[in-house]
Amino acid sequence: MRKRALLWVAVALAALVLAPWYMEPADGSVPGFWLTRVINPLESALALGFGGRLWLLLALVPALAALKPGEDVAAARWLTACGLIGLALVLAQGFLIGLKGWNLDMLSAFGSGPTQGGMGTGGFLVLAAFLMLTCAGLAGQGWCRGDFFVVSAIGWVIGLIVLFVFMPVLNILASAFQDNAGHLMPALFWQKFSDASIWGLGCVTSGTACGVAWNTVFLGILVGLSSTILGTAFALIALRTSFPAKGALKLLAILPIITPPFVIGLALILIFGRSGAVSTFLFQWFGIPPSRWIYGLPGVFIAQTLAFTPAAYLVMLGVVQGISPTLEEAAQTLRAKPFTIFATLTWPLMRPGLANSFLLGFVESLADFGNPLVLGGNFEVLSTKIFFAVVGAATDQGRAAVLSIVLLSFTMMAFAAQQLWVGRKVYTTISGKGDAGLQIPLSRRVEWGAYFLAVPWGLFTIAVYLLIFYASAVKTIGRDYTFTLQHYVTAFNIESGANGLLFSGSAWPSFFATVKIAAIAAPLTAAIGLLTAYLLARQSFAGKRAFEFGTLLSFAIPGTVVGVSYILAFNVPPIEITGTMLILVICFIFRNMPVGVRAGIASLSQIDKSLDEASFTLGASALTTVRRVILPLIKPAILASLVYAFVRAMTAVSAVIFLVSAEYNLATIYIVGRVEAGEHGLAIAYSATLIVVMALAIYLINLLIGERKIGRRGAAPAPSAPTATPVPAA
Amino acid sequence: MRLFPDLAIRTLCAVASTALLSAILAGPAAAQGQVTVYCSILEEQCREGSALFEKATGIKVLMVRKSTGETYATIKAESANPKGDVWWGGPGEAHLQAAEEGLTEEYKSPMLPQLYDWAVRHAEVSRFRTTGIYLGALGFGINTEVLKARNIPEPKCWADLLDPKFKDEVQLADPNSSGTAYTLLATIVQLFGEDKGFDYLKGLHKNISQYTKSGIAPINALKLGETGVGIGFIHDIMTQKLAGAPVKAIAPCEGTGYETGSVSLIKGGKGTDAGRKFVDFALGVEAQSINNRLKIYSMPSNREVVIPPEAPDFKSMKFIAYDTAKYGAAETRTRLLKKWGDEVKSLPR
Repeated sequence: MRKRALLWVAVALAALVLAPWYMEPADGSVPGFWLTRVINPLESALALGFGGRLWLLLALVPALAALKPGEDVAAARWLTACGLIGLALVLAQGFLIGLKGWNLDMLSAFGSGPTQGGMGTGGFLVLAAFLMLTCAGLAGQGWCRGDFFVVSAIGWVIGLIVLFVFMPVLNILASAFQDNAGHLMPALFWQKFSDASIWGLGCVTSGTACGVAWNTVFLGILVGLSSTILGTAFALIALRTSFPAKGALKLLAILPIITPPFVIGLALILIFGRSGAVSTFLFQWFGIPPSRWIYGLPGVFIAQTLAFTPAAYLVMLGVVQGISPTLEEAAQTLRAKPFTIFATLTWPLMRPGLANSFLLGFVESLADFGNPLVLGGNFEVLSTKIFFAVVGAATDQGRAAVLSIVLLSFTMMAFAAQQLWVGRKVYTTISGKGDAGLQIPLSRRVEWGAYFLAVPWGLFTIAVYLLIFYASAVKTIGRDYTFTLQHYVTAFNIESGANGLLFSGSAWPSFFATVKIAAIAAPLTAAIGLLTAYLLARQSFAGKRAFEFGTLLSFAIPGTVVGVSYILAFNVPPIEITGTMLILVICFIFRNMPVGVRAGIASLSQIDKSLDEASFTLGASALTTVRRVILPLIKPAILASLVYAFVRAMTAVSAVIFLVSAEYNLATIYIVGRVEAGEHGLAIAYSATLIVVMALAIYLINLLIGERKIGRRGAAPAPSAPTATPVPAA
Repeated sequence: MRLFPDLAIRTLCAVASTALLSAILAGPAAAQGQVTVYCSILEEQCREGSALFEKATGIKVLMVRKSTGETYATIKAESANPKGDVWWGGPGEAHLQAAEEGLTEEYKSPMLPQLYDWAVRHAEVSRFRTTGIYLGALGFGINTEVLKARNIPEPKCWADLLDPKFKDEVQLADPNSSGTAYTLLATIVQLFGEDKGFDYLKGLHKNISQYTKSGIAPINALKLGETGVGIGFIHDIMTQKLAGAPVKAIAPCEGTGYETGSVSLIKGGKGTDAGRKFVDFALGVEAQSINNRLKIYSMPSNREVVIPPEAPDFKSMKFIAYDTAKYGAAETRTRLLKKWGDEVKSLPR
């Protein structure tokens, strides 16, 4: 503990003396080169503090106080106190002293007050050091078996989630109780909440439309069910059958995940729309008059099922793979019929996966806004209502907040239902014992059932994707089918100029920015997501359930609301990061990490705790156990969360639309602009390019992570036959 | 086999930490000799405009393109510490709303004498917090193939659209979400009077196949043949026609309303001086001639811009005296939108 404390005090002191405290250089100039924003003693807290900003010197007190020697529990308490006081002091000065003086009206008695900008390297390092000191102290007091890694992991995850999820989100949800001038009006909340357009039952009682709340829940349940069923069918085929075209089917299961928004909707219109291919065919051959059935619930349902089945598939893949054959073999020995085995063993063991993928599908359907926007027709859902409450002709942030609260309450109910269904049963099937027997073939009935579901869906997916690539290479889809590469040239032209290659295509800037940001965000998202999953599944601490729900919060809230909440929270000191790449990366991390959390929890619930304990008994720390035992065993979850994080960062729209800047514009925003301008060809060509790029990225991720090796025999003579293949190479 | 997972995990950690560091270090660039423009017109217009401005003044333009509603929401959310300097383009109502809420700065451009009266009037209404840069006439487009296949005669007037033949053939955006559709709502109310106007909208409601979310969506559906009639701005319909779609733009015989595309100076931006220059530029001949090259035929506000012969003949269109002061005000807007929602949209079809 002593050594650790000394290390972090040293970090805090170094940051106070060497690193610039603020983000912007003191004279407001463009920094000469980036190193001056990391090391610059002239702008450190110490230098600025003695230069008149006395409050910056306060942080020195707890930092130096933490040096008090001692190894006992009392010393650990002292250390904890120093860390907490340090955190409190740094945060308090940041939140109290803003750009225009005091941030609190109460303080205006002391004059207009000093002013300051957003924190930079120095400020953040000092905060980090105080957090670590607090954790070191808590570990010294024996929290989490005294394991510093676990305590600091909990500290960091909680700290980050409070800062980047709770603070902005609760701040904006509070506007549900205010009028547009910011006065507290609880009655207004009730008035907006009980509006007939939310809860109306017109579709049952009369010919009018139902309230958005009912539409949303109905759609969410449908999509949650359909994506879970399809995902399970694909996972069973991939792992438990000898289907001839398995590779292709696995590819198809994952394909829709890498599709930018709007494209699926657009493709569906081109197939099933009134002038679409299928409708025209049906009209010409069978005289069935074309209709607009695709606009509304059917269209949104199909598009969302397409979009969210891959997530369910990825979750189910890890879970189905993790089910140990031992039990099934035992059942077979006891003469159970294959279907009985499936119904009484396999199915119940898949429960955590089923519940998690249903929850994912439901929550995603609730938060999805691209598909209802394109295909919704007169079928309205909360997410689009919220979007237009923020950006529409009648903007009303309070109404957006009220609708978000409605949406959140549905998520909370789904979460509670999931907890109830999974219950407190044990699903452990991966234990330390070596050979676990042979996997028995699936029951015929289940196998054919899976084929019956997955094959037509796979064919449908092929049709959608062929159409996308076809549409990107013709002049105008629906009218002029002359082959052309013009759309690709407009977007991705490269000229060789005097200074080498010139990326003159209109899509290049947004393309480079998107790939860069997605590549940065994905590993961070996966790391934080899986760490959180580990803490939730393996450690116990107070407030765990609330914390678990908190991790879902930013995922469940519509992107529009998250985007606006991020501007409101992070456009002013102490954390002023709007217009930077950092805000986009952070937004992606905290919006997409729930997938890592869900996949991680589902995977971890299958792995016997005795493995951790064995490692622990042999003297390994929690960190070593995670690295050497757990991470290699949850590879499918790592893969799922990495792939998902990368892809979502490449395809997100609603949140980042408020966060993009001139330097960091994103591909999807560009595509939406093209769709708005009616240039569908260019939009589809860009999307097709993104699909290829994402497929390549997934292939690389797959290569990097490798396969999970579980000690199981292959059925064939070859002893090393693969037991599992995660995402296929695309 | 033990090395590989470790290696993979180590690589992952290394990538993650480098990633975090590079994200943290990429701080915001400071604002000197540059102007941040929030652009709500089409991407090409934005890009060409900023290139021209950079060439003419040497001031670097940081351009962010977002739709009108998104830009308004961004400016409002950022008002504690504004990051933008100029808001270029988008219907006047949104700019007036921003002006009303004190989000934009008063600026009397020296270019005002060069502008048509309607643009100057728009500036006066806002107490010079915004100025008109173009005029977009409202109308409807027809897909000639769809109407021919269904044997429907070409409509000429707003009243023609009430014919039951058009059942399920008309698309209009939802005025609660789209500024374009709100312009239509205000136009109909001004054209027929409030009571008759709402009767008209109720009649039209019977023929509407769907209220789209965004204002441009009916025109896109028109282009794809998903609807026979789409209500929107005439210049947007013209753009599709010139791209080869079988559509035709109609200026209704009873007269029609219009949007005044606007430019505003954002209050409290870091580059306000450069922002003023950009506003002058946006009102000038050079910037307003971009549209001719891109074949976007809205009507420029600067008298000296040459209007090409293929542009719609604005002189032959009948315009109402659009009362921006009244119908742009938050009070009227909220009341009309609520009334429309309660009395029109909730009706069965």
